[in-house]
Amino acid sequence: MRLFLNKAFLVLSTLTAILGLLFLGWIIVTLVSKGMESLTPYIFTHDLVDNGIRNLIWGQIVLAGLATVFGIPIGVLAGVYLQEYGNHTKYADFIRDLSDVMMSAPSIVIGTFIYAIMVIPMGHTNGWAGIAALFVMMLPIVVRTTDDMLSLVPTELREAGMAIGASKYHVIMHIVIRAAKVGIMTGLILAFARIMGETAPLLYTSGSTIYMETDLSQTYPAMTVSIYNLATMPDEKLVSLAWAAALVLTLMVLGLNLLGRYIIKEKR
Amino acid sequence: MTQNKMEVKDFSFTYKGAAKPSLRNINLPIERKKVTALIGPSGCGKSTLLRSMNRIHDLYPGNKYEGQIMLHTEDEGHTDILTLKKENDFIWLRQTVGMVFQKPTPFPMSIFDNIAYGLRLQGEKNKAVLQEKVEKSLKDVALWKEVKDRLNDDARGLSGGQQQRLCIARVVALKPEVILFDEPTSALDPLSTLAIEEMIFELKQDYTIAIVTHNMQQASRISDYTAFMYLGELIEFDTTDNIFTAPKKQQTEDYITGKFG
Ligand SMILES: Nc1ncnc2c1ncn2[C@@H]1O[C@H](COP(=O)(O)OP(=O)(O)OP(=O)(O)O)[C@@H](O)[C@H]1O
Ligand SMILES: [Mg+2]
Repeated sequence: MRLFLNKAFLVLSTLTAILGLLFLGWIIVTLVSKGMESLTPYIFTHDLVDNGIRNLIWGQIVLAGLATVFGIPIGVLAGVYLQEYGNHTKYADFIRDLSDVMMSAPSIVIGTFIYAIMVIPMGHTNGWAGIAALFVMMLPIVVRTTDDMLSLVPTELREAGMAIGASKYHVIMHIVIRAAKVGIMTGLILAFARIMGETAPLLYTSGSTIYMETDLSQTYPAMTVSIYNLATMPDEKLVSLAWAAALVLTLMVLGLNLLGRYIIKEKR
Repeated sequence: MTQNKMEVKDFSFTYKGAAKPSLRNINLPIERKKVTALIGPSGCGKSTLLRSMNRIHDLYPGNKYEGQIMLHTEDEGHTDILTLKKENDFIWLRQTVGMVFQKPTPFPMSIFDNIAYGLRLQGEKNKAVLQEKVEKSLKDVALWKEVKDRLNDDARGLSGGQQQRLCIARVVALKPEVILFDEPTSALDPLSTLAIEEMIFELKQDYTIAIVTHNMQQASRISDYTAFMYLGELIEFDTTDNIFTAPKKQQTEDYITGKFG
């Protein structure tokens, strides 16, 4: 009986794994077959106004990148505070719960909120609002991953550091964070990949534009938003361009994940 | 120079939020350059006592110390370590009274840096001096031959026994005066255990040692004095020979003959 259960479980988990891979394969095959036609070097050197996606790639990277530049230090510091300083206090528990709630908040709600506080006062969609929305999405993920990864570091390691005369700050900076580094980095990359692919928070905040833009106080190009817009166009060529953009985005996110894994492996 | 390196006097300890003290009225001398073993059933307070002796408890605020723990240093200084308050004094205390834990705790860095870490904290920057001290302390714990060709490898790649010796080397490198061991071999195989016991025997020439152990044979093999503790009190303290051959208290005898514990 035990043996049978064992076998059955193995077969079942193999099947589900295959099913998952099958869907991933299906998605990629669909993207490639529908987007291939438009996927030419031309689209990487032209903006959407000329039927290219250069400005979209630029915009998506700038929005997600700047959100990350703000999100990582603040989130990591907050995570360190929760685990190393405030642990077991009411305040820390409250912040933890709050992060969990924020993490499960629908992204469209976050987008609407930023719309209310940053778009309405400005009078038009703008890059900073998009960054703020992605930042709000990312922050709780970074906080909680840091918090969780630090909690996996054994207490003895902290004690051993203190026991040879290191200060608490020194132990955290040079021993604890280092011990949790791989986990934290994985979390950061996944958080970045996550916001790279978001549409809803950008829909009303950055908006999107067919032109190249470098001024963040203006409506900013966002790839995900434009894919959404293009896909609903009647023009076959534009729909095909949306598929190509979706393919590029998928490859970027996939590449990010692989890069993350590679770095982690090297650093080990 | 007094015979005693440390003296625990009328010492009581209460954990934060605990209703009653975990240690009551402990009086215990720790003799200079000898090995003192702390034995007793689980939960009797051995670790609590040991961890008071370098105040590692203070990582977690709110505990209550009563009484005195005197530390007599080689420079003829006499300090009641329970009166220390400043961060710098704690750093001094912990570098004077080193500690080795039950589970090996290699830092997430190279073998070399594991040992150099504490030395750098002490302010040593000279590369050659660091090199020399790292080598010396690795030799002291009989690990040098095994690791000399891979000093830059991550210390977490060592075996459990090697890791524990590395942790001891890390403490030894700082030239403390006392080394506290809390069940240093309970997570190790018999061979590694033997290696560490031999090492402790060697270390006795230069250091004062206090060791918590659950292993009666270990206590009798390596210690000069033994303290038997029970339910937060020190029941009997004597030379190891006396404790194991002619204990004065019934409870001690029951424990070492395996009647309880
Ligand atoms: N952080 C803590 N807070 C409150 N009580 C504690 C704490 N740590 C230990 N105690 C209590 O203090 C008593 C002594 O514990 P201690 O760890 O010193 O025992 P021990 O002799 O080292 O046991 P063992 O042989 O199992 O390691 C126990 O009753 C334990 O429950
Ligand atoms: Mg213990």
